[in-house]
Amino acid sequence: MSMHYFANPARFTRLAGRIQPWAGGLAALLLLVGLYLALVEVPADYQQGDTVRIMFVHVPSAWMAMFCYMFLAGASAVGLIWKHPLADLAAKASAPIGAGFTFLALVTGSIWGKPMWGTWWVWDARLTSVLILFFLYLGYMALWQAIEDSQKAGKAAAVLALVGAVNVPIIKFSVDWWNTLHQPASVLRMDGPAIHSSMLWPLLIMALAFKAYFVALLLTRMRMELNLRRIRALRLAERTS
Amino acid sequence: MFQGRDIACDRGERRIFSNLDFRIMQGQALVLRGPNGCGKTTLLRTAATLLKVARGKLTWDGTDISEDPEEHRARLHFVGHLDAVKGALSVRENIAIWAKVRGSTEDRIEAAMAAFEILHLMDTPAQYLSAGQHRRTALARLVASPAALWLLDEPTVSLDADGTACLQRAIAAHRADGGMVMAATHIELGLDDVEFLQLKPQ
Amino acid sequence: MKSFRAIIARDLLLAVRQGGATFLALVFFLLTVTLFPLGIGPEPAVLARVAPGVLWVAALLAAMLSLDRLFQADFEDGSLEQLTLSGLPVGFIVLAKIITHWLTTGLPLLLAAPVLAVLLNMNDEGFAALLLTMLIGTPALSLIGAIGAALTLTVRRGGVLLSLLVLPLYIPVLIFGVSAIDAAVHGLNAKPHILLLAALTMAAIPLCPWAAAAAVKLSLE
Repeated sequence: MSMHYFANPARFTRLAGRIQPWAGGLAALLLLVGLYLALVEVPADYQQGDTVRIMFVHVPSAWMAMFCYMFLAGASAVGLIWKHPLADLAAKASAPIGAGFTFLALVTGSIWGKPMWGTWWVWDARLTSVLILFFLYLGYMALWQAIEDSQKAGKAAAVLALVGAVNVPIIKFSVDWWNTLHQPASVLRMDGPAIHSSMLWPLLIMALAFKAYFVALLLTRMRMELNLRRIRALRLAERTS
Repeated sequence: MFQGRDIACDRGERRIFSNLDFRIMQGQALVLRGPNGCGKTTLLRTAATLLKVARGKLTWDGTDISEDPEEHRARLHFVGHLDAVKGALSVRENIAIWAKVRGSTEDRIEAAMAAFEILHLMDTPAQYLSAGQHRRTALARLVASPAALWLLDEPTVSLDADGTACLQRAIAAHRADGGMVMAATHIELGLDDVEFLQLKPQ
Repeated sequence: MKSFRAIIARDLLLAVRQGGATFLALVFFLLTVTLFPLGIGPEPAVLARVAPGVLWVAALLAAMLSLDRLFQADFEDGSLEQLTLSGLPVGFIVLAKIITHWLTTGLPLLLAAPVLAVLLNMNDEGFAALLLTMLIGTPALSLIGAIGAALTLTVRRGGVLLSLLVLPLYIPVLIFGVSAIDAAVHGLNAKPHILLLAALTMAAIPLCPWAAAAAVKLSLE
């Protein structure tokens, strides 16, 4: 099967239409199970009490924030190198979803921080990195918005996404570096390596639920964008004929 | 020989032209004709490698120009809608800059100003030039450094009769040296032995 | 190589003739730094504590604000397309413009920084580190900034967008630059920070012109 097999919008729309309800259903099911386990089954932490349950939303959101950016950069690379027409579309569609997860990670991190540190915001290395990632998403979306020609916008945004992808590890490293200089190591970490196994399962289920939700939402957004383009093309044809 | 075979070009999501063939031999001039929006500028910018072809091939002596675009750019001059003339610099400096970037010699700069009759404006800052003088300064680039292929997009805009005559002489001299010209123009350039390429709106 | 030098000479000549831009960047730098004592109070100890960060943040903003003239004027009057058609690979043209940007912005900021450090009562031990980090770090600001400037070429009033694109990418430069000065001020070893900053600039030298060239070509399509 060639790289461009699914470049045919009709074929893609059909396939996406078939996958979408399954992804959506799976997301709903996993979310229900995950939330039940996280909110009811998992015992309260002996130190943090019930606040620990925020972790089951916060940690998967933070994972998704990273995952979406990787997806975005990957799609951008495919779009730039192989000029696959759906790749730009996928990149564009994934950005607001990623920004949403990033925002969720920031808000839940902040809510979790209040009882733990007694303040809504701490310049913790992890939170700071996520905040910068949020800015990268905003820049990416703003660039898409600012360039009118959608093909040019796609290419420019793809260049930006790749530049961002090269920079994400550097930024992460520099923020960690900065953090070790400015904070004593005794500060309580949000999620240390020691996660009790009873917490691991709900966490993984929630992470999978988020992934499935991402797939469902991505396909919806891509189909919507395709339809918008089709309308634009039809209007253009109408006007020029 | 500069040749295009079965070329198609897109702007945005629209196809501007397709199935276009042309050929320019040494010493030949090809004039593009057609109504506004038929793709004359697009074709010239494509020939200058500023745009990519959607289909087909542009070749120079049989070699695809996309194989080494830098080499192709070095052998062409492109005069577009924008003059690339800096108001803060004098006429001479404006011409000298491009001659130097293209590795040309001093004497050609004088020759270029003489060819377009702007020697007397040599030290005038370009911001004080009239539109026609501005244009002449831009066109003087053509003579200031050698290039085999001239791509001219409406070169006579804002030129007076004298200016147009200067351009005609420059083109004639260029062709006599075996140079090629591809020009989009809606007025008669008064050139001998010209081939026409008619573009049709899609 | 001759064309490369000719482009740098051209841009420097234009910078001298049109003047002003370097001066404006310097005044902006001075003014921003002046705002801090007014905002946080004149206690020498406090100022000395924040001096490295304030100087770097102000330098970073000054460098960023001058980015729009990197390609914009040449793009608007057609010089940029003439430059790309000069036969030199676009990456080298971009690099030539980055070098000029540094010479007309980064270098003046570097020279002004010690004077401002005196105003902020910075510890004597920090001066060498300040100069060294500015020398190594400001080229990275021009290099990274070129990508943002090239990407926003076709955007009308792209200035705000430019800062949104570029500032997050400047963060590592800021962190390594300030931490080196902080280390020097506190009598610690500044070398690891400076080496990291140098690594960053070295990595940016081949990568940034390449990415910016891709964006420049896009804008001319």
